[in-house]
Amino acid sequence: MTNSATSKGQGTGTGKVFADAHAALHDLQDGISLMSGGFGLCGIPENSIKEVVRQGIKKVHAISNNIGNSGRGLALLLKNRQIVEATCSYVGGNPDLEEQMLAKEVKVNLVPQGTFSERIRAAGMGIRAFYTPTGYGTVVAEGKEVREFDRPCLLELPLHADFAIIKAQKGDTYGNLWFKETARNFSPLMAMAAKTTIVEVEELVELGQLAGEDVHLPGIFVQRIYQGVDYENVMEVPIYDE
Amino acid sequence: MNKTSPPSGWSKEQMADEIIATLSDGCSLNLGIGMPTLIAQRMPSNKGVFIHSENGVLGVKGRPTKETMSPTLINAGKESISVQPGVSYFDSATSFGIIRGGHIDYCVLGGMQVDVAGGLANWMIPGKKVAGMGGAMDLVNGARNVIIMLSHFTKKGDCKLMKECSLPLTGTAVVTTIVTNLGIFEPNGTAFRIAKLADGVSRENLGLSNELLA
Repeated sequence: MTNSATSKGQGTGTGKVFADAHAALHDLQDGISLMSGGFGLCGIPENSIKEVVRQGIKKVHAISNNIGNSGRGLALLLKNRQIVEATCSYVGGNPDLEEQMLAKEVKVNLVPQGTFSERIRAAGMGIRAFYTPTGYGTVVAEGKEVREFDRPCLLELPLHADFAIIKAQKGDTYGNLWFKETARNFSPLMAMAAKTTIVEVEELVELGQLAGEDVHLPGIFVQRIYQGVDYENVMEVPIYDE
Repeated sequence: MNKTSPPSGWSKEQMADEIIATLSDGCSLNLGIGMPTLIAQRMPSNKGVFIHSENGVLGVKGRPTKETMSPTLINAGKESISVQPGVSYFDSATSFGIIRGGHIDYCVLGGMQVDVAGGLANWMIPGKKVAGMGGAMDLVNGARNVIIMLSHFTKKGDCKLMKECSLPLTGTAVVTTIVTNLGIFEPNGTAFRIAKLADGVSRENLGLSNELLA
């Protein structure tokens, strides 16, 4: 028996680089659980999302903080009726999700954002459960074990996924990643939690071109990487002072 | 002149300034979506405050200019931001570790209802609106001081300060201070202590029975 907290595929040091989204996402199937990085539209894997839409796989359980926003990102999968279950922390700003949730077309599991990120982290780190005060005394606590420490806390379980699609600014051929500013958010956590992690980067570099000290996510968590194209990098609320 | 016309009290900007005045120099501060972001815009730079946004940044400094705007520089409300020297970026687990671990001195959130026991409701209205709790449940349980910034009455005229919240809760016994357009209040378990009233506002304007005022 193997110790399979996350049951990642065997980590090879070579052969991780794929030509494009089409090649890197060759084995997605109906009914998979799919993590997708990004906060709102910041740091979303644009190329991989388009490819999932093109393939048209169905009955997806999407795990992402916002499941897209403003009709973009994972909202494209919602418009395409590809998602049957969504685990996220926020619905506001995503009319497609709100509509399909109220119509009961998509089952939505709302999770407090800190619990959401820690459950994903726990999955990747081999932690089988943890207690947190977040959500005590609210609907989030329904059906959960409560234990009194200095304060009453809820037992929460890890959140795994079959695949994670994420985007980084820079990555090398082993999958070592560097994220820009606030585009990091959930992406490195999801990379650790999924059985197969597929990364797209704005800049794919050779080994040695990313200094070890600057690596935000070690490549051991990454199974596939490719150079993305045509990034839109949409700003949702572009307000500025004159 | 209409004698019964109630005083409107502070503007949103004045509410933001009242909150800024209560913060200690050099503190860490998290700002919720909406009205609380005014605080970032009005924060004096010599106060040494580091503003955290839960999407993974410590060192937010109000709005950018058109030239410095970046799609990878946003706050939790997805608004473009600028940052100050000394800024740091981190993943969401670290960001919520900062919150849950008690490292944030103050958070300022909006709210729909607040009660005398320090309960807060700010994430959904059954049958009408589901925004999702986002990071609010973590913030109210993790920040050392939880300040709720909200208008005193709903558009229908109902007081948002009440004996017991009727909407789904974000947290119980979590609110330390409430700042409305009419004043500053502290829930003490059985009533709201009046810490300060806006100019021209009296107890009678608060829409609260005497037993709910301490």
